[in-house]
Amino acid sequence: MPQPVRPERVFLTMSSHAKTRIVGSPVPRKEGVDKLLGRACYVDDIEREGMWHGATIRSTIPRGLIHSIKFGRNINWEEFAVVTAADIPGENHIQLIFADQPCLADGKVNHCDEAVILLAHPDKCKLREAAAAVQIEYEPLPPVFTIEESEQQTTIVWGADNVIKSFLLEKGDVDAVWTKAAHIVQGEYRTGAQEHLYIENNGCIAEYSDLHGITVWGSLQCPFYVHKSLLAIFRLPEDKVRVIQTETGGAFGGKEDYPSTLAAHASLLAMKSGHPVKMVYDRMEDLAATTKRHPSRVRHRTALDANGKLLAMEIEVATDGGAYATLSSTVLSRATLHAPGPYVCPNVRIRSRAWATNTVPYGAFRGFGAPQAIFAIERHIDEIAAAIGMDPLDLRRRNFLHDGDTTATEQVMREPVILDQLLERALVESGYHAKRARFAQENVTNPVKRGMGVSAFYHGSGFTGSGERYLNSLAGIDVIDGKVRVLVSSTEFGQGTNTILAQIAAEAIGIDYDDVVMAPPDTGIVPNSGPTVASRTSMVVGRLIERACHQLVAQLQQHARLADTFTSAEFFAACERQLAAEGEVNSFARYEAPPNIFWDDQKYRGEAYPAFAWSVQVAQVAVDTVTYAAEVEEFWSVQEVGRVLNPVLAGGQIEGGVAQGIGYALYEKVLLQNGHMVNNQMTNYIMPTAEDVPPIHVYFEEIPFSHGAYGAKGIGELPHDGPAPAILNAIRDAVGVSFTTIPLLPEDLFAKLGAHIPVEEVATR
Amino acid sequence: MTSNWPAIEFVVNGDKRSVHAPPMKRLLDVLREDLHLTGAKEGCGEGECGSCSVRMNGELVNSCLIPILQAQDARIQTVEGLAIDGDLHPLQQAFLHCGGAQCGICTPGMLMAATHLLANNPHPTMTEIREGLAGNLCRCTGFKRIFDSVISAAVHSSESHAR
Amino acid sequence: MRGNPEAHQLVAPGTLDAALRSLAEMPGQWTPIAGGTELMVAHAAGKLGAKRLLSLWGIPELRFIQVHQNAIAIGACTTFRDMRMHEAIATDLPLLAKAATWIGSIANQNRATLAGNLVNGSPAADSSPALLVYDAEIELVSVNGSRRLPYADFHTGYKKNVLEQNELVYAIHVPLHFGSHRQYLRKVGTRRAMAISKVALAGTALVENGVIRDVRIAAASLAAFPARFRRAEDVVRGQSINAETIRAAQAALLDEIAPIDDIRSTAEYRKAVAANLLEEFLQGAAQ
Repeated sequence: MPQPVRPERVFLTMSSHAKTRIVGSPVPRKEGVDKLLGRACYVDDIEREGMWHGATIRSTIPRGLIHSIKFGRNINWEEFAVVTAADIPGENHIQLIFADQPCLADGKVNHCDEAVILLAHPDKCKLREAAAAVQIEYEPLPPVFTIEESEQQTTIVWGADNVIKSFLLEKGDVDAVWTKAAHIVQGEYRTGAQEHLYIENNGCIAEYSDLHGITVWGSLQCPFYVHKSLLAIFRLPEDKVRVIQTETGGAFGGKEDYPSTLAAHASLLAMKSGHPVKMVYDRMEDLAATTKRHPSRVRHRTALDANGKLLAMEIEVATDGGAYATLSSTVLSRATLHAPGPYVCPNVRIRSRAWATNTVPYGAFRGFGAPQAIFAIERHIDEIAAAIGMDPLDLRRRNFLHDGDTTATEQVMREPVILDQLLERALVESGYHAKRARFAQENVTNPVKRGMGVSAFYHGSGFTGSGERYLNSLAGIDVIDGKVRVLVSSTEFGQGTNTILAQIAAEAIGIDYDDVVMAPPDTGIVPNSGPTVASRTSMVVGRLIERACHQLVAQLQQHARLADTFTSAEFFAACERQLAAEGEVNSFARYEAPPNIFWDDQKYRGEAYPAFAWSVQVAQVAVDTVTYAAEVEEFWSVQEVGRVLNPVLAGGQIEGGVAQGIGYALYEKVLLQNGHMVNNQMTNYIMPTAEDVPPIHVYFEEIPFSHGAYGAKGIGELPHDGPAPAILNAIRDAVGVSFTTIPLLPEDLFAKLGAHIPVEEVATR
Repeated sequence: MTSNWPAIEFVVNGDKRSVHAPPMKRLLDVLREDLHLTGAKEGCGEGECGSCSVRMNGELVNSCLIPILQAQDARIQTVEGLAIDGDLHPLQQAFLHCGGAQCGICTPGMLMAATHLLANNPHPTMTEIREGLAGNLCRCTGFKRIFDSVISAAVHSSESHAR
Repeated sequence: MRGNPEAHQLVAPGTLDAALRSLAEMPGQWTPIAGGTELMVAHAAGKLGAKRLLSLWGIPELRFIQVHQNAIAIGACTTFRDMRMHEAIATDLPLLAKAATWIGSIANQNRATLAGNLVNGSPAADSSPALLVYDAEIELVSVNGSRRLPYADFHTGYKKNVLEQNELVYAIHVPLHFGSHRQYLRKVGTRRAMAISKVALAGTALVENGVIRDVRIAAASLAAFPARFRRAEDVVRGQSINAETIRAAQAALLDEIAPIDDIRSTAEYRKAVAANLLEEFLQGAAQ
């Protein structure tokens, strides 16, 4: 096979190469002081004049026809606003990729906790009693709860065949390889649902008037998604719907699609009651009724030559999409594109399908399909290594992608790929080899068995394939009251949007960080810079702001006598002159794809992502053979995310993602009974506490990306991709037993490890 | 609506307050609805997440678990009472600079737990910090920068004492 | 917040006498509430059935720790924080001090009371295993006087106990004659902090020349209520500790416990871990 030609490593030609004053420095969070003083305004902190409260009556069965709805006589219904599907003025569905999900169930329900009826009343204490007085009678239909049941296609619950979406990705000729392979290794890997567990539940306030239309304030990620849904549901013109993001207490993807539903509900009640209506879920409702991460099953069949070089990968990805399509197709796409891992393989076939079931729709969650796919491949690599008697690190090194190589979609790695360097750094920082040697000795006598595990992976930055082209984002700045205002629909929910974009603007213009403010995230004020998802904000939106700022400076230099070098005061003086002459000072930039990017949606071939972030993670794990509990004792994460725009915020993203990934691997289990989440309380859905999260060590290698703002690539999702496989690889190292399913709770470890312990024998004697 | 209820009196952030509320109304709701002190947040309503943490008579409590009657005559400190004359409290400073706050929803409770920890133990070990904050769930940070913030504030306050 | 505060009455009698009089006047009508760490959770979930609540918080006669020659008396409304900060408890009742650090968070420990933990009747109660292996007694009080019984006899079924409608828990009395015993307590929860136990096992054993002279074994989350497991005790009492006696004790324990599958764990797991903990206790006692 001809060796790919490695291009010379040409680093950057752009501003990202130059020294920066503000970009790259740990300036404090823009909205930090408000948050620390307790005066940041979250949706539940807001009261509107004459405001009522809303509640949702939800289905109690997983699938069935609504026979009748009865309103009990013990309630004075005159006092209440009552909304059913019949009250919807426009289309009764949420506008996502497919328009299959009703805003309110109409005649049938397809999952437990599906919204059927809405109530509002001035006194929220009255709502519970009233809700209890509404009786919905159903004619049950047979439900489907698992991928396997859905695959049987004996009960069709969605479309013609239960398949929400499928992809076939092919490279080379997989079938020609099996007979000549030295090794063929198969494996099946499963991941469970995961709840975002943002500490602020979903919430929304809506107002309606015939004159102004709808105004919505909400805890949300994507104001224009909500805007789009409301336009269709209320059949209103664009200027009659206004969506304002309030301070948002965590999101992680959980406020990407769901707020479109909640905002519609609150708006319907506002229209019906003639009052502003607040709907803030409590934890039990939020857990039971809102989206989670897609459960998955991934099967690998891999052919290797005698030296451990990958020859063929056949991968079958199946996800559980829940009752409606929501974002399942794009989640599946990302899972598909991350399924082969960061390896070179000449022959690849990936078949993937998202299956419908009668559970609450699964939705966006940090990583968006990648954590599921990466769990499978990175566990599988260790299983292959064991099967062919090779060190798992050597197996990885032998097959890592390098610059010039092509991925499964035949995307050429044009930018530097430094996986070997990341792995080396991770091994050195973690003391990997010395620790493994020590643990091997200690484990013989110690009831606590320790091990080390590694994962290596990429995360594609930005929308998949042609997604960014379709989004066609617009972002800009204006100058008002002596400050530069950043105009974006990109929202802040903890990850640092405000700070990063303000840093970029200040840097690009050449003014101080304090000279830049964020415009309110209000669709009436800001342009559509796209949704705040997919690790795209720094790289894509940041780049738009960088360009808009350079444009403005050029404009002022041309028309407002701004000198080549200037102080903040001189800049704002020039803005004043421009304002006097033109009546406004602003500048906008629209998305332009990096050159030579091609993507074929039909064949799933080409440049899947404009850039990739890369990471190697190492977990040190202890398995207690008395309690069968596995704990992560220490964790190392090394990554290359392009230029780091703010080291404090970037570090915080990695640490937070790792902690969430540890929860995904070892603690967090969504328990469904008859399709309803039964552990829908924080006391029973177990996330890691301050005592459970181990020390996390974070290291960045920086290779600026020429088409991202100041060299930035995506960062937010990457760290959640790797902990689960690294941890389960470490458990295998510790106890010599393979586990292939997460969450891996002590009960699951016991199921395999307990057999070694003679106690059970005695018990049954 | 509330005037039929007997008055319950207590001190919040140094100010004497009196509310008429049903005695089983939660302290959290009284703070947020009656006194418009919305710093304390409700994350779970069951004492698990700690985002409603306040100090009552010098003790850290979950305000979602206190019936207001039991706050009669109590001294209550909320996040709104941390800053002095508009200047950030050393812990708030430390959270700002160390990156201890991300989405900010757990932050008011976390600050109260950290305040309580340092009030009782000005130089906590890492184990003590972890234990002191274990009742305050943060989903954003992975806690590391919160620990850094507490350590930084502890060091800062001992330095300013030494001066 | 699913509960309606207006639907519940709450009064603070202020003194023990007044509280007992209220109970006597309307027997069965009042539900005592102390730190609220259980009942206020039910309230928020809209599941608080009690219409009339009697606040015991702030009644000074119920919040005390008295150190006597042969016992420590702990008032019903003593908080877990009070216990873990108390020097004599730390020194003389280390298992109880340890258990006190396990209840929820610092904020929960500042409110949760010892009697609340017991009266609530959770099979997973954190303080119970320690009290059981210390031979604690529970003192109940009413307008008619007081009575004392072994704490081991307090629970009678799932969420059931011997309290009469007019009675309150007054105090827990823990004897101090375990100083020379080997003491063991381990909780296995869903995580390190803020956890409800899946299994917790406590043991005290007096070991002389490798022979167990006296032993107590108790556990939480292995039956309908926290309990002593006397068959396992009987098996090892008078025996030297070796692999055989440990296996026999495990078999006896597994015979006696009745764990269940629930939202937090499985019966099979609980059995296996209980047996492992018992082994850990006995091995430790042998050394």
